[in-house]
Amino acid sequence: MAERFRKDPMNAVDVQDVWKFYGDFPALRGIELNVERGACLALLGRNGAGKTTLLRIIAGLSRPGKGRVNVLGENARDKNTRRNIGVLGHSIGVYEELSALENLKLFARLYGVADPTRTALEWLERTGLTVVRDGLVREFSRGMRQRLAVARAFLHDPALLLLDEPFTALDDRAIGVLQSLLKQAQSEGRSIIMSTHQLREALELATDVALINRGKLGFRGPRTQEMLDDPGWLYRNYGDA
Amino acid sequence: MTAVLYARQTFAIAGKDLRSELRSKETVNASLSFALVILLLFSFAFDPSAETVRDISGGLLWLVFAFAGALILNRSFARELMNDCLDALLASPTSGSQLFLGKCIANFVLLMAVEAVCLPVFGIFYNVVWTRRIGWLTIVFALGTWALTVIGTMFSALTVNLRLRELMLPILVYPMMLPALMAAIQLTTVLMTGEAPGNENAIWLRLLVGFDIIFTILGVALVETVLIG
Repeated sequence: MAERFRKDPMNAVDVQDVWKFYGDFPALRGIELNVERGACLALLGRNGAGKTTLLRIIAGLSRPGKGRVNVLGENARDKNTRRNIGVLGHSIGVYEELSALENLKLFARLYGVADPTRTALEWLERTGLTVVRDGLVREFSRGMRQRLAVARAFLHDPALLLLDEPFTALDDRAIGVLQSLLKQAQSEGRSIIMSTHQLREALELATDVALINRGKLGFRGPRTQEMLDDPGWLYRNYGDA
Repeated sequence: MTAVLYARQTFAIAGKDLRSELRSKETVNASLSFALVILLLFSFAFDPSAETVRDISGGLLWLVFAFAGALILNRSFARELMNDCLDALLASPTSGSQLFLGKCIANFVLLMAVEAVCLPVFGIFYNVVWTRRIGWLTIVFALGTWALTVIGTMFSALTVNLRLRELMLPILVYPMMLPALMAAIQLTTVLMTGEAPGNENAIWLRLLVGFDIIFTILGVALVETVLIG
Protein backbone atom coordinates (compact mmCIF):
# COMPACT_ATOMS: atom_id res chain seq x y z
CA MET A 1 0.00 0.00 0.00
CA ALA A 2 2.72 2.43 1.03
CA GLU A 3 4.29 4.39 -1.81
CA ARG A 4 1.54 3.39 -4.22
CA PHE A 5 0.75 7.02 -4.94
CA ARG A 6 4.40 8.05 -5.37
CA LYS A 7 5.13 6.05 -8.53
CA ASP A 8 4.46 8.87 -10.98
CA PRO A 9 7.41 11.28 -11.17
CA MET A 10 5.13 14.16 -12.12
CA ASN A 11 4.16 16.72 -9.47
CA ALA A 12 0.82 16.26 -7.78
CA VAL A 13 0.02 19.92 -8.36
CA ASP A 14 1.57 22.53 -10.65
CA VAL A 15 0.29 26.06 -10.34
CA GLN A 16 1.74 28.41 -12.94
CA ASP A 17 1.27 32.18 -12.76
CA VAL A 18 -2.29 31.95 -11.51
CA TRP A 19 -4.34 35.10 -11.13
CA LYS A 20 -7.91 35.30 -9.93
CA PHE A 21 -10.03 38.43 -9.93
CA TYR A 22 -13.27 39.11 -8.08
CA GLY A 23 -14.45 42.11 -10.04
CA ASP A 24 -11.39 44.36 -10.09
CA PHE A 25 -9.94 42.88 -6.92
CA PRO A 26 -7.06 40.45 -7.51
CA ALA A 27 -7.57 37.64 -4.98
CA LEU A 28 -4.54 35.78 -6.37
CA ARG A 29 -1.59 37.52 -7.99
CA GLY A 30 0.71 35.38 -10.09
CA ILE A 31 0.90 32.36 -7.80
CA GLU A 32 3.61 29.84 -8.76
CA LEU A 33 3.50 26.69 -6.69
CA ASN A 34 4.17 23.02 -7.09
CA VAL A 35 3.53 20.12 -4.76
CA GLU A 36 5.47 16.92 -5.18
CA ARG A 37 3.77 13.55 -5.03
CA GLY A 38 3.58 12.33 -1.46
CA ALA A 39 4.19 15.78 0.01
CA CYS A 40 2.00 17.44 2.63
CA LEU A 41 1.82 21.18 2.05
CA ALA A 42 0.53 23.50 4.77
CA LEU A 43 -0.98 26.50 3.04
CA LEU A 44 -0.81 29.40 5.46
CA GLY A 45 -1.96 32.98 5.36
CA ARG A 46 -4.11 35.50 7.15
CA ASN A 47 -7.88 35.69 6.57
CA GLY A 48 -8.58 36.84 3.01
CA ALA A 49 -5.05 36.02 1.84
CA GLY A 50 -6.38 33.80 -0.97
CA LYS A 51 -5.90 30.30 0.46
CA THR A 52 -9.46 29.14 -0.15
CA THR A 53 -9.50 30.68 -3.63
CA LEU A 54 -6.32 28.81 -4.53
CA LEU A 55 -7.66 25.53 -3.13
CA ARG A 56 -10.92 25.96 -5.05
CA ILE A 57 -8.98 26.49 -8.27
CA ILE A 58 -6.85 23.40 -7.63
CA ALA A 59 -10.03 21.43 -6.87
CA GLY A 60 -11.55 22.57 -10.18
CA LEU A 61 -14.37 24.42 -8.45
CA SER A 62 -13.32 27.75 -9.90
CA ARG A 63 -11.36 28.74 -12.99
CA PRO A 64 -8.32 31.00 -12.77
CA GLY A 65 -8.57 34.36 -14.51
CA LYS A 66 -5.08 33.81 -15.88
CA GLY A 67 -2.45 31.10 -15.61
CA ARG A 68 -2.49 27.30 -15.60
CA VAL A 69 -3.13 24.61 -13.04
CA ASN A 70 -2.18 20.99 -13.57
CA VAL A 71 -3.39 18.46 -11.05
CA LEU A 72 -1.93 14.95 -11.18
CA GLY A 73 -0.64 15.80 -14.63
CA GLU A 74 -3.98 16.83 -16.06
CA ASN A 75 -6.53 19.64 -16.09
CA ALA A 76 -8.25 20.10 -12.74
CA ARG A 77 -11.73 19.76 -14.32
CA ASP A 78 -10.81 16.49 -16.01
CA LYS A 79 -13.01 13.66 -14.74
CA ASN A 80 -10.11 11.33 -14.05
CA THR A 81 -8.40 14.06 -12.07
CA ARG A 82 -11.47 14.71 -9.97
CA ARG A 83 -11.83 10.99 -9.30
CA ASN A 84 -8.42 11.17 -7.62
CA ILE A 85 -9.03 14.26 -5.49
CA GLY A 86 -10.65 14.33 -2.08
CA VAL A 87 -11.99 17.75 -1.12
CA LEU A 88 -12.90 18.81 2.38
CA GLY A 89 -14.06 22.40 2.29
CA HIS A 90 -15.13 24.93 4.91
CA SER A 91 -18.52 23.28 5.10
CA ILE A 92 -19.34 19.59 5.45
CA GLY A 93 -20.77 18.95 1.98
CA VAL A 94 -23.33 16.35 3.06
CA TYR A 95 -27.11 16.40 2.91
CA GLU A 96 -29.18 17.14 5.99
CA GLU A 97 -32.19 15.11 4.86
CA LEU A 98 -30.21 11.95 4.11
CA SER A 99 -28.81 9.49 6.61
CA ALA A 100 -25.07 9.07 7.15
CA LEU A 101 -25.13 5.82 5.17
CA GLU A 102 -27.18 7.33 2.33
CA ASN A 103 -24.82 10.28 2.07
CA LEU A 104 -21.73 8.10 1.82
CA LYS A 105 -23.40 5.69 -0.61
CA LEU A 106 -24.39 8.63 -2.81
CA PHE A 107 -20.85 9.99 -2.99
CA ALA A 108 -19.39 6.50 -3.43
CA ARG A 109 -21.68 6.09 -6.46
CA LEU A 110 -20.75 9.50 -7.85
CA TYR A 111 -17.05 8.64 -7.53
CA GLY A 112 -17.64 5.30 -9.26
CA VAL A 113 -16.57 3.23 -6.24
CA ALA A 114 -17.00 -0.49 -7.03
CA ASP A 115 -19.09 -1.46 -3.99
CA PRO A 116 -20.72 1.69 -2.59
CA THR A 117 -22.52 0.04 0.33
CA ARG A 118 -19.50 -1.88 1.60
CA THR A 119 -17.24 1.17 1.23
CA ALA A 120 -19.75 3.42 2.98
CA LEU A 121 -20.10 0.99 5.88
CA GLU A 122 -16.33 0.65 6.12
CA TRP A 123 -15.90 4.44 6.40
CA LEU A 124 -18.70 4.77 8.91
CA GLU A 125 -16.80 2.26 11.01
CA ARG A 126 -13.49 4.09 10.59
CA THR A 127 -15.00 7.40 11.64
CA GLY A 128 -16.97 5.92 14.55
CA LEU A 129 -20.39 6.58 13.04
CA THR A 130 -21.67 3.02 12.64
CA VAL A 131 -24.12 3.42 15.54
CA VAL A 132 -25.82 6.38 13.83
CA ARG A 133 -25.54 5.12 10.27
CA ASP A 134 -29.30 5.39 9.66
CA GLY A 135 -29.73 8.67 11.50
CA LEU A 136 -30.45 11.79 9.46
CA VAL A 137 -27.57 14.26 9.31
CA ARG A 138 -29.87 17.07 10.51
CA GLU A 139 -30.00 15.27 13.88
CA PHE A 140 -26.21 14.96 14.18
CA SER A 141 -23.96 16.92 16.49
CA ARG A 142 -21.28 19.15 14.94
CA GLY A 143 -18.54 16.64 15.66
CA MET A 144 -20.47 13.80 14.03
CA ARG A 145 -21.12 15.94 10.96
CA GLN A 146 -17.43 16.74 10.67
CA ARG A 147 -16.46 13.09 10.90
CA LEU A 148 -19.00 12.27 8.21
CA ALA A 149 -17.50 15.01 6.04
CA VAL A 150 -14.06 13.48 6.55
CA ALA A 151 -15.42 10.08 5.52
CA ARG A 152 -16.96 11.65 2.40
CA ALA A 153 -13.65 13.21 1.40
CA PHE A 154 -11.63 10.02 1.90
CA LEU A 155 -13.98 7.23 0.80
CA HIS A 156 -12.94 7.02 -2.85
CA ASP A 157 -9.25 6.48 -2.05
CA PRO A 158 -7.96 9.79 -3.48
CA ALA A 159 -4.33 10.36 -4.43
CA LEU A 160 -4.58 14.07 -3.57
CA LEU A 161 -6.36 15.54 -0.56
CA LEU A 162 -7.38 19.21 -0.53
CA LEU A 163 -8.39 20.32 2.93
CA ASP A 164 -9.61 23.82 3.67
CA GLU A 165 -9.11 24.58 7.36
CA PRO A 166 -9.80 20.98 8.32
CA PHE A 167 -9.21 21.40 12.05
CA THR A 168 -11.49 24.40 12.50
CA ALA A 169 -14.39 23.78 14.88
CA LEU A 170 -13.61 20.10 15.28
CA ASP A 171 -14.13 18.39 18.61
CA ASP A 172 -11.28 16.36 20.16
CA ARG A 173 -12.54 13.10 18.73
CA ALA A 174 -12.89 14.49 15.21
CA ILE A 175 -9.39 16.02 15.42
CA GLY A 176 -8.06 12.61 16.49
CA VAL A 177 -9.83 10.84 13.62
CA LEU A 178 -8.62 13.38 11.08
CA GLN A 179 -5.02 13.40 12.31
CA SER A 180 -4.78 9.63 12.24
CA LEU A 181 -6.29 9.50 8.75
CA LEU A 182 -3.91 12.19 7.51
CA LYS A 183 -0.90 10.40 8.99
CA GLN A 184 -2.01 7.19 7.33
CA ALA A 185 -2.60 9.01 4.06
CA GLN A 186 0.92 10.42 4.25
CA SER A 187 2.43 7.02 4.98
CA GLU A 188 0.62 5.69 1.91
CA GLY A 189 2.19 8.37 -0.23
CA ARG A 190 -0.89 10.49 -0.86
CA SER A 191 -0.34 14.18 -1.49
CA ILE A 192 -2.02 16.62 0.85
CA ILE A 193 -2.62 20.35 0.65
CA MET A 194 -4.27 21.91 3.66
CA SER A 195 -4.99 25.52 4.38
CA THR A 196 -5.16 26.27 8.06
CA HIS A 197 -4.84 28.74 10.90
CA GLN A 198 -4.01 25.95 13.37
CA LEU A 199 -0.28 26.25 12.86
CA ARG A 200 0.86 23.65 15.37
CA GLU A 201 -1.39 20.81 14.10
CA ALA A 202 -0.63 21.65 10.49
CA LEU A 203 3.14 22.01 10.89
CA GLU A 204 3.37 18.69 12.72
CA LEU A 205 1.98 16.95 9.64
CA ALA A 206 3.46 19.13 6.90
CA THR A 207 6.54 18.34 4.87
CA ASP A 208 6.32 21.69 3.05
CA VAL A 209 4.99 25.12 3.82
CA ALA A 210 3.63 27.92 1.65
CA LEU A 211 2.59 31.32 2.93
CA ILE A 212 0.26 33.58 0.96
CA ASN A 213 0.17 37.30 1.65
CA ARG A 214 -2.69 39.22 0.02
CA GLY A 215 -2.82 36.93 -2.99
CA LYS A 216 0.96 36.69 -3.47
CA LEU A 217 3.22 33.85 -2.49
CA GLY A 218 5.34 35.10 0.42
CA PHE A 219 7.21 31.92 1.20
CA ARG A 220 7.54 28.41 -0.20
CA GLY A 221 9.88 25.81 1.20
CA PRO A 222 10.28 22.71 3.30
CA ARG A 223 9.03 22.72 6.86
CA THR A 224 11.92 23.20 9.24
CA GLN A 225 12.49 22.48 12.90
CA GLU A 226 12.56 26.24 13.47
CA MET A 227 8.92 26.47 12.34
CA LEU A 228 7.92 23.60 14.62
CA ASP A 229 9.61 25.17 17.63
CA ASP A 230 8.08 28.56 16.96
CA PRO A 231 5.00 28.45 14.70
CA GLY A 232 4.86 32.26 14.58
CA TRP A 233 8.35 32.48 13.06
CA LEU A 234 7.10 32.23 9.51
CA TYR A 235 4.63 35.10 9.85
CA ARG A 236 7.22 37.30 11.55
CA ASN A 237 9.80 36.75 8.83
CA TYR A 238 7.74 36.38 5.69
CA GLY A 239 4.26 37.67 6.53
CA ASP A 240 3.01 41.07 5.41
CA ALA A 241 2.93 43.86 7.93
CA MET B 1 -17.51 6.59 -19.08
CA THR B 2 -20.03 3.96 -20.04
CA ALA B 3 -23.64 4.87 -20.69
CA VAL B 4 -24.70 2.64 -17.80
CA LEU B 5 -22.44 4.44 -15.32
CA TYR B 6 -23.56 7.81 -16.69
CA ALA B 7 -27.22 6.85 -16.23
CA ARG B 8 -26.60 5.32 -12.79
CA GLN B 9 -24.91 8.47 -11.49
CA THR B 10 -27.57 10.70 -13.04
CA PHE B 11 -30.32 8.71 -11.35
CA ALA B 12 -28.35 8.76 -8.08
CA ILE B 13 -28.55 12.56 -8.16
CA ALA B 14 -32.26 12.46 -9.06
CA GLY B 15 -32.91 9.90 -6.32
CA LYS B 16 -31.07 12.03 -3.79
CA ASP B 17 -33.22 15.07 -4.63
CA LEU B 18 -36.46 13.08 -4.51
CA ARG B 19 -35.55 11.42 -1.23
CA SER B 20 -34.63 14.76 0.35
CA GLU B 21 -37.88 16.27 -0.87
CA LEU B 22 -40.00 13.37 0.34
CA ARG B 23 -38.49 13.78 3.80
CA SER B 24 -38.64 17.55 4.04
CA LYS B 25 -41.70 18.12 1.78
CA GLU B 26 -40.21 21.57 1.54
CA THR B 27 -41.39 22.49 -1.94
CA VAL B 28 -44.07 19.97 -2.88
CA ASN B 29 -46.39 21.03 -0.08
CA ALA B 30 -46.00 24.70 -0.98
CA SER B 31 -46.39 24.07 -4.70
CA LEU B 32 -49.42 21.81 -4.32
CA SER B 33 -51.18 24.11 -1.86
CA PHE B 34 -50.55 27.08 -4.11
CA ALA B 35 -51.90 25.27 -7.18
CA LEU B 36 -55.02 24.04 -5.41
CA VAL B 37 -55.77 27.43 -3.88
CA ILE B 38 -55.47 29.15 -7.27
CA LEU B 39 -57.76 26.58 -8.88
CA LEU B 40 -60.25 27.03 -6.06
CA LEU B 41 -60.13 30.84 -6.17
CA PHE B 42 -60.65 30.95 -9.93
CA SER B 43 -63.62 28.62 -9.63
CA PHE B 44 -65.23 31.06 -7.19
CA ALA B 45 -64.10 34.20 -8.94
CA PHE B 46 -65.76 33.32 -12.24
CA ASP B 47 -68.88 31.44 -13.07
CA PRO B 48 -68.12 30.29 -16.58
CA SER B 49 -70.35 28.22 -18.81
CA ALA B 50 -69.23 24.72 -19.77
CA GLU B 51 -68.07 25.97 -23.15
CA THR B 52 -66.04 28.83 -21.69
CA VAL B 53 -64.39 26.47 -19.22
CA ARG B 54 -63.22 24.25 -22.05
CA ASP B 55 -61.88 27.27 -23.90
CA ILE B 56 -59.86 28.51 -20.96
CA SER B 57 -58.95 25.12 -19.47
CA GLY B 58 -55.52 24.88 -21.13
CA GLY B 59 -54.54 28.42 -20.20
CA LEU B 60 -55.80 28.12 -16.64
CA LEU B 61 -54.09 24.80 -15.99
CA TRP B 62 -50.74 25.73 -17.49
CA LEU B 63 -50.57 29.09 -15.76
CA VAL B 64 -51.23 27.33 -12.47
CA PHE B 65 -48.56 24.72 -13.27
CA ALA B 66 -46.07 27.37 -14.32
CA PHE B 67 -46.50 29.41 -11.14
CA ALA B 68 -46.62 26.39 -8.85
CA GLY B 69 -43.67 24.87 -10.70
CA ALA B 70 -41.53 27.91 -10.01
CA LEU B 71 -41.72 27.10 -6.31
CA ILE B 72 -40.22 23.66 -6.98
CA LEU B 73 -37.68 24.84 -9.54
CA ASN B 74 -36.46 27.70 -7.35
CA ARG B 75 -35.23 25.27 -4.71
CA SER B 76 -33.65 22.87 -7.19
CA PHE B 77 -30.09 24.24 -6.97
CA ALA B 78 -30.71 26.41 -3.91
CA ARG B 79 -31.04 23.28 -1.78
CA GLU B 80 -27.43 22.48 -2.66
CA LEU B 81 -26.21 25.66 -0.95
CA MET B 82 -26.74 24.29 2.53
CA ASN B 83 -23.48 22.76 3.77
CA ASP B 84 -21.87 23.66 0.41
CA CYS B 85 -23.22 20.47 -1.13
CA LEU B 86 -22.96 22.02 -4.60
CA ASP B 87 -19.17 22.18 -4.22
CA ALA B 88 -19.10 18.56 -3.07
CA LEU B 89 -21.08 17.57 -6.18
CA LEU B 90 -18.94 19.67 -8.51
CA ALA B 91 -15.75 18.26 -7.00
CA SER B 92 -16.94 14.72 -7.76
CA PRO B 93 -16.23 13.22 -11.18
CA THR B 94 -19.83 13.58 -12.31
CA SER B 95 -20.28 15.97 -15.20
CA GLY B 96 -22.37 19.10 -15.20
CA SER B 97 -24.72 17.40 -17.64
CA GLN B 98 -25.36 14.56 -15.17
CA LEU B 99 -26.07 17.05 -12.43
CA PHE B 100 -28.42 18.97 -14.72
CA LEU B 101 -30.25 15.89 -16.00
CA GLY B 102 -30.49 14.37 -12.53
CA LYS B 103 -32.09 17.55 -11.24
CA CYS B 104 -34.38 17.77 -14.28
CA ILE B 105 -35.61 14.22 -13.66
CA ALA B 106 -36.32 14.95 -9.98
CA ASN B 107 -38.09 18.22 -10.81
CA PHE B 108 -40.07 16.53 -13.57
CA VAL B 109 -41.32 13.82 -11.20
CA LEU B 110 -42.30 16.38 -8.56
CA LEU B 111 -44.08 18.62 -11.06
CA MET B 112 -45.93 15.70 -12.63
CA ALA B 113 -47.03 14.62 -9.15
CA VAL B 114 -48.43 18.10 -8.48
CA GLU B 115 -50.20 18.06 -11.85
CA ALA B 116 -51.60 14.59 -11.22
CA VAL B 117 -53.29 15.89 -8.08
CA CYS B 118 -54.43 19.16 -9.65
CA LEU B 119 -56.08 17.66 -12.70
CA PRO B 120 -58.84 15.71 -10.93
CA VAL B 121 -59.42 18.70 -8.63
CA PHE B 122 -59.75 20.90 -11.72
CA GLY B 123 -62.26 18.41 -13.15
CA ILE B 124 -64.39 18.60 -10.00
CA PHE B 125 -64.24 22.38 -9.47
CA TYR B 126 -64.94 23.24 -13.08
CA ASN B 127 -67.15 20.27 -13.95
CA VAL B 128 -64.92 19.19 -16.83
CA VAL B 129 -64.49 15.62 -18.04
CA TRP B 130 -60.77 15.51 -18.71
CA THR B 131 -60.37 11.75 -19.10
CA ARG B 132 -61.65 11.43 -22.67
CA ARG B 133 -58.21 11.85 -24.21
CA ILE B 134 -56.13 10.76 -21.28
CA GLY B 135 -53.39 9.16 -23.41
CA TRP B 136 -52.81 12.34 -25.42
CA LEU B 137 -53.19 14.46 -22.32
CA THR B 138 -50.44 12.49 -20.58
CA ILE B 139 -48.14 13.02 -23.56
CA VAL B 140 -48.83 16.77 -23.73
CA PHE B 141 -48.44 17.16 -19.97
CA ALA B 142 -45.17 15.24 -20.04
CA LEU B 143 -43.79 17.34 -22.91
CA GLY B 144 -44.98 20.63 -21.41
CA THR B 145 -43.69 19.72 -17.97
CA TRP B 146 -40.31 18.73 -19.36
CA ALA B 147 -40.13 22.12 -21.12
CA LEU B 148 -40.91 23.89 -17.85
CA THR B 149 -38.40 21.68 -16.06
CA VAL B 150 -35.38 22.12 -18.36
CA ILE B 151 -35.76 25.89 -18.56
CA GLY B 152 -36.46 26.19 -14.85
CA THR B 153 -33.58 23.95 -13.82
CA MET B 154 -31.17 25.80 -16.07
CA PHE B 155 -32.14 29.16 -14.65
CA SER B 156 -32.16 27.73 -11.15
CA ALA B 157 -28.46 26.95 -11.72
CA LEU B 158 -27.88 30.41 -13.16
CA THR B 159 -29.53 32.24 -10.27
CA VAL B 160 -28.36 29.97 -7.45
CA ASN B 161 -25.89 32.49 -6.06
CA LEU B 162 -28.14 35.53 -6.45
CA ARG B 163 -29.71 37.04 -3.37
CA LEU B 164 -32.96 37.74 -5.25
CA ARG B 165 -33.15 34.34 -6.92
CA GLU B 166 -36.81 33.76 -5.90
CA LEU B 167 -37.70 36.88 -7.86
CA MET B 168 -35.23 36.44 -10.69
CA LEU B 169 -36.19 32.89 -11.64
CA PRO B 170 -39.79 33.59 -12.72
CA ILE B 171 -38.72 36.80 -14.47
CA LEU B 172 -36.19 34.86 -16.54
CA VAL B 173 -38.10 31.62 -17.00
CA TYR B 174 -41.56 32.72 -18.13
CA PRO B 175 -40.53 34.75 -21.19
CA MET B 176 -38.17 31.96 -22.25
CA MET B 177 -40.80 29.27 -22.05
CA LEU B 178 -43.54 31.24 -23.78
CA PRO B 179 -43.45 29.14 -27.00
CA ALA B 180 -43.72 25.88 -25.06
CA LEU B 181 -46.41 27.33 -22.84
CA MET B 182 -48.44 28.44 -25.87
CA ALA B 183 -48.15 25.00 -27.44
CA ALA B 184 -49.09 23.18 -24.23
CA ILE B 185 -52.06 25.52 -23.66
CA GLN B 186 -53.33 25.09 -27.20
CA LEU B 187 -53.05 21.31 -27.15
CA THR B 188 -54.57 20.96 -23.67
CA THR B 189 -57.53 23.11 -24.65
CA VAL B 190 -58.18 20.91 -27.70
CA LEU B 191 -57.87 17.71 -25.66
CA MET B 192 -60.26 18.97 -22.98
CA THR B 193 -62.98 19.23 -25.64
CA GLY B 194 -62.51 15.52 -26.26
CA GLU B 195 -61.00 15.96 -29.71
CA ALA B 196 -57.76 14.40 -30.87
CA PRO B 197 -55.09 16.89 -31.88
CA GLY B 198 -55.59 16.78 -35.64
CA ASN B 199 -53.34 18.03 -38.42
CA GLU B 200 -54.17 21.66 -37.62
CA ASN B 201 -52.60 21.20 -34.18
CA ALA B 202 -49.62 19.10 -35.26
CA ILE B 203 -47.53 22.27 -35.46
CA TRP B 204 -48.01 22.85 -31.73
CA LEU B 205 -46.95 19.30 -30.94
CA ARG B 206 -43.87 19.66 -33.13
CA LEU B 207 -43.09 22.97 -31.45
CA LEU B 208 -43.31 21.36 -28.02
CA VAL B 209 -41.10 18.43 -29.00
CA GLY B 210 -38.59 20.72 -30.72
CA PHE B 211 -38.51 23.06 -27.75
CA ASP B 212 -37.82 20.15 -25.39
CA ILE B 213 -35.02 18.78 -27.54
CA ILE B 214 -33.31 22.14 -28.16
CA PHE B 215 -33.40 23.32 -24.57
CA THR B 216 -32.36 19.94 -23.18
CA ILE B 217 -29.30 20.02 -25.44
CA LEU B 218 -28.59 23.66 -24.53
CA GLY B 219 -28.92 22.91 -20.83
CA VAL B 220 -26.64 19.89 -21.00
CA ALA B 221 -24.05 21.86 -22.98
CA LEU B 222 -24.10 25.05 -20.91
CA VAL B 223 -24.64 24.00 -17.32
CA GLU B 224 -20.95 23.38 -16.59
CA THR B 225 -20.08 26.90 -17.76
CA VAL B 226 -22.94 28.32 -15.72
CA LEU B 227 -21.82 26.56 -12.53
CA ILE B 228 -18.02 26.78 -12.79
CA GLY B 229 -17.63 29.90 -14.94
